[in-house]
Amino acid sequence: MELTIQAFGIAKDILGDRKTMLSMNDGATVADLLALLNKEYPAFQKLTSLAVALNEEYAEKEAVLSPADTIVLVPPVSGG
Amino acid sequence: MIKLTDQPININEAIEAAQAEGAGAVNVFIGTVRNKTQEKQVLSLDFEAYDPMAEKEIQKIVDQAKAKWPVIKAVVVHRKGHLEIGEAAVVIAVSTPHRKASFQACEFIIDTLKQTVPIWKKEIFEGGEEWVSAHP
Repeated sequence: MELTIQAFGIAKDILGDRKTMLSMNDGATVADLLALLNKEYPAFQKLTSLAVALNEEYAEKEAVLSPADTIVLVPPVSGG
Repeated sequence: MIKLTDQPININEAIEAAQAEGAGAVNVFIGTVRNKTQEKQVLSLDFEAYDPMAEKEIQKIVDQAKAKWPVIKAVVVHRKGHLEIGEAAVVIAVSTPHRKASFQACEFIIDTLKQTVPIWKKEIFEGGEEWVSAHP
């Protein structure tokens, strides 16, 4: 399946764009996505943390991804 | 009232929005842009937000504050885009019947906002820039 990943903050800088297409096996989870990103873009390994939001909510590592989801990378937040 | 804006925050409007007849206190926190981080001179800041999720997460924090304290109204306005030194980055105003709860609820809201709300701050220095808290 083809997934569209959106990224903000330093995650956008690492991917080089706001939106990136990734190819993953059906049934892939958030943990699989993070493993793929860490492998393809080693700069992610240096971050303090990297969360994934599915449909505007923080997702658990076991959550299964679907092309219909809005998938967003959430690097360490620093508002306020 | 919860708002993300790329315009300068109207602080008086935020305070007025928190006022209520049953309020004995309105506690206001204003987070401003500081000119240095540790020993480095900061020239300006850029804020980026994932708006729809940021608004939802702020609403969750306000709901939690209302469950813990007798909050009458809570106002959270956060700035996005480019900010100069001294500008308000965030304004929080909380009204409660008595003052103690307004201090506590306001502190809880800003502390939790910094931990969970998808907003990112980039500090711009002389000759460089850095996303805050990105690296250990």
